[in-house]
Amino acid sequence: MDLNIVWFILIAVLFTGFFILEGFDYGVGMMMLFRSQNERTQFIKAIAPVWDANEVWMITAGGASFAAFPHFYASMFSTFYLALFLMLVALILRGVAFELRGKFKNSDWINFWDGAIIFGSFVPAFLWGVAMANLLQGLPIDSQMHYTGNFFTLLNPFSIISGLFFVSLFMFHGANFLRMKLEDESLLYELKSDARAMGQAAWTSYLCFVIAAVHDTDVMSYTSGVLIFAAAMGVLSAGFPKMKEKDSPTFTFVTGTVTITMTVIGLFVALFPRLMVSSLNPEWSLTIYNAASTPYTLTIMTVAAVILVPVVLIYQGWTYKIFKERVKPIK
Amino acid sequence: MDALILSRLQFAITTFYHFFFVPVTLGLSIFVALLETWYINSYSYYERIKLKKLVKFFGTIFLINFSMGVVTGIVQEFHFGMNWSEYSRFMGDIFGAPLALEALTAFFLESTFIGIWIFGWDKLSEKLHCACIWLVAFGSNLSAFWILVANSFMQHPVGYRIEDGRAVMDNFFALVTNPYLFGEYFHSFFAGISTAGFLVIIVSAWKIATDDISREMFAKTLRRAVLFSLVGIFGVMGSGHLHTQYLNTGNPMKLASFEALWETEDPAPFAVYADINQDAGKNDSEIAVPKLFTFMLYNSFSGEVKGINDLQKDAQEKYGPGYYIPDVKGMFWSFRIMVGAGGFMLLTVLVMGVIAFFCRDNIKKFACCFKMLPILLPVPFIANSVGWYIAEAGRQPWIVVGLQKTSAAVSPNLTGSDVWITLIGFTAIYLVLAIVAVVTAVKFINRTKINEEAE
Repeated sequence: MDLNIVWFILIAVLFTGFFILEGFDYGVGMMMLFRSQNERTQFIKAIAPVWDANEVWMITAGGASFAAFPHFYASMFSTFYLALFLMLVALILRGVAFELRGKFKNSDWINFWDGAIIFGSFVPAFLWGVAMANLLQGLPIDSQMHYTGNFFTLLNPFSIISGLFFVSLFMFHGANFLRMKLEDESLLYELKSDARAMGQAAWTSYLCFVIAAVHDTDVMSYTSGVLIFAAAMGVLSAGFPKMKEKDSPTFTFVTGTVTITMTVIGLFVALFPRLMVSSLNPEWSLTIYNAASTPYTLTIMTVAAVILVPVVLIYQGWTYKIFKERVKPIK
Repeated sequence: MDALILSRLQFAITTFYHFFFVPVTLGLSIFVALLETWYINSYSYYERIKLKKLVKFFGTIFLINFSMGVVTGIVQEFHFGMNWSEYSRFMGDIFGAPLALEALTAFFLESTFIGIWIFGWDKLSEKLHCACIWLVAFGSNLSAFWILVANSFMQHPVGYRIEDGRAVMDNFFALVTNPYLFGEYFHSFFAGISTAGFLVIIVSAWKIATDDISREMFAKTLRRAVLFSLVGIFGVMGSGHLHTQYLNTGNPMKLASFEALWETEDPAPFAVYADINQDAGKNDSEIAVPKLFTFMLYNSFSGEVKGINDLQKDAQEKYGPGYYIPDVKGMFWSFRIMVGAGGFMLLTVLVMGVIAFFCRDNIKKFACCFKMLPILLPVPFIANSVGWYIAEAGRQPWIVVGLQKTSAAVSPNLTGSDVWITLIGFTAIYLVLAIVAVVTAVKFINRTKINEEAE
């Protein structure tokens, strides 16, 4: 196995980590939409110690793309220019909101920053779905790896479905995370039915996503990708429908985690060995070979990643152990 | 205006804005860590209560600042691909590695342990909790190291070769031991120490003047901040001096342009004032101290310093026809503003030191002067900003000195209107957030009391 393939896998790993961890962060933020200020405070407390470190997974995925596949990083980020601008505005507001929200006891002030967190969670969740779909579906990329479309080229039926799919899957994931982290019984009871509803929404939109993928992309010629998507839907359906009789929040959370993991694997399997598909000419697609750094840089980065990623996982895992207690209800 | 000039403007605005917060993070993380170390080593019951409140007080100021630094840092990382895709293609093999290492070694560390630090007061032992803030401080300063590894390559490329029209890494070790890096790193590090120290001095003086209950503890932080700032300011001056000497070989064009030295001279004078005429390639008039510039560079009164016009000729021979001179007027005055601001900070800190150490019994007398002190708060931030202006404008027209021009680096798919939208959007949000953050911090500072009541 050459280093280009190793890095293709590592990028997939980083995106998986990002979507699992930020997935429930975004999900918690989005679930705040339906809640009172008091309940929102409990939601925020559940992710407050960890959201910042979770966001670093996205930054690392970006930085690693830059290091391993510079052309991929360059083409992707310049292609999604205005979409990323929107995402950055959302992430700026969201990041600052966690810090400033509690600084004054004024209800309007808190409401404003809650709005920022909700907006700042919906927008990136949706846009990452759009972005992933566009990578797979293909974009008008010319022989020089330059994007020739505009912002609205990015919004097409498949990518919008994919965006909605990411939103609903992350909301399901976030609701399950909250069910493991909160203590307030009546709130937990409501979250249970919310989680179930979000599970249904996620499953339905997943089905639409797969149908659209088959219809709009060449995913059928990479059958293993479709099979993985189907298996992911199977895992998803193992969790939420049973919530009425035998309910285990941890188990449902695990099904969400596995679904996200398999979805990323499916996406990357369907892409392989490409990173961005050119809709103008298959020859012009960015691949793990024509977009890559030199073997020397890839070697250095491999050594660094092999040593550092496990270390990060250990101390980040320790955080969850420290904050394993459930969030107390607020009187 | 086209995408190039707008992208440059946008990158400059984001960098300046990001670097309002970064030096405070670099220095204040260390200051808070020192405070907490003091706290866990104190045995007096009442002092411990107050010290803990003090750690949380400066910790909160740190956190407001830190969150602003983090969110603008994400913009920085995305910018390279969004606006500078051709730069990213050309440089990715070299530039991506330190950026990814920054995320893996530093960002994870600081953002994980800052979360534990904020919410872990009652969950960890005192020593472990204190270790967390030290790790945050270490992570922040390590991230500065990695990003300056990347930046110093742009100023002074080392350990690379050109392959298929791309710069590729030949020697990672050369990259992290780039001679340019040492001056740049320590200058930034100490700038962080002095900025944070200056901020703590102003906050402490303000609380001494306005808050009777908390006065005693802030007199203590004032004294510590004076010493902290002095370390920072002398460090900035020392590293700046050595780095300028190094520029004589490392990047003579940058050196000559911030001294507005148009012709090669031996010994070279130091211009205090210059009426710069960039088109004519000379100063219309100047006031200069003879031999001083040579003395500063060589520690002796003889030594040649290359002038801008000769360097331009050399560059044309090397790189072909073109204009290789940065904005001399901007460079010249930025340098003088930076040095002036540094000198002014030193003076302020010394005066505050005399008051803090020698008038400690009647420090309340100085209340009216202390209340005026916040108007000096912009001084370190101005120094930091013009400092970065010198570093980045001084390598123009290159984005990577000698290898790629800035004009060749911009993303070709962007239109002027794309960048207009984002430029206006980012600038507006930066302005609003800066105001909100400052107002929040000021209100927090005013309402928080450091007293002996247990929490």
